Amino acid sequence: MHELPVTESILKIVLESAQENKATAVTDITLTIGSLSSIVDDSVQFYWDYVSRGTVCENAKLHFNRVMATLKCLDCDTTYSLIDDLTPCPSCGSINVIILSGEEFQVDHIEIIKEETNQDETTR
Amino acid sequence: MYGVNLMASPGAGKTSVILETIKRLPAEIKLGVIEGDTAPVTIDSDKITAAGIPAVQINTGGECHLDANMIELALAQLPLEELNLIIVENVGNLICPAAFQLGTHANVLIASIPEGDDKPYKYPNIYRGLDVLLINKIDLSPYIDFRMDYFQQGVEMLNPGLKTFALSAKTGEGFDAWIAWLTDKIITK
Repeated sequence: MHELPVTESILKIVLESAQENKATAVTDITLTIGSLSSIVDDSVQFYWDYVSRGTVCENAKLHFNRVMATLKCLDCDTTYSLIDDLTPCPSCGSINVIILSGEEFQVDHIEIIKEETNQDETTR
Repeated sequence: MYGVNLMASPGAGKTSVILETIKRLPAEIKLGVIEGDTAPVTIDSDKITAAGIPAVQINTGGECHLDANMIELALAQLPLEELNLIIVENVGNLICPAAFQLGTHANVLIASIPEGDDKPYKYPNIYRGLDVLLINKIDLSPYIDFRMDYFQQGVEMLNPGLKTFALSAKTGEGFDAWIAWLTDKIITK
């Protein structure tokens, strides 16, 4: 349910970047979302269609780059991915672990159409 | 001024823990409370006010968490110059509050025994950003199948060495250590 303010923040970030780059339209936005970040793609998409209306981002396509949670065991150096539940190290059973990935939530890159050249450009 | 963001699921005992904390804090600690609820009610803030403590109720209008903008507005309604502790009672929810920093000094979660021992596994996100964990309703331990080892294993994987206090807002058991920790934080701030 917290995706509304989160989606508004995505819009703000993209609009700032679009303005800096003199975009007349934003066509594509790629978001990286870790599986531990508690962000639901469908919810973001639902709110996006609403909040982007009437901006240069209207009709921009959202792409979701999902990142699996990866943990590393500090006792035996095994790196493992979480399929669903949080589990101890599959090799040695240790709970002395660190989370390497899975908490990401970021605007990765956007694609825009510029006013002067009318050519597609990618900005990161 | 020291600020605490108190999070928990609905019914974990957030208001009860605040009321018991109010009762036990040393006299030199002057606190104010910000109460967050989604519905337009003042049930929680009325209880705090009845205990003689200044309280502000935020009604989020359906929003499932508090954010820093709401806290800024609420702070303006508290006598800040007279206070040295603010406790923010977040909206009862284990998902959304985890994603929004309020600008407080400590993020505190109350996990209560009846909620079950699997919560760190189901809601890993909220355990990641914690400074303190309060395990509430330990007086119910004899009646509930709560595997403390399994619970703490999940917590340890997500937040190694997390400061944890097991207590009961009903009986007051375990409160001395939590009050000592909080008092020390306020005084040394």
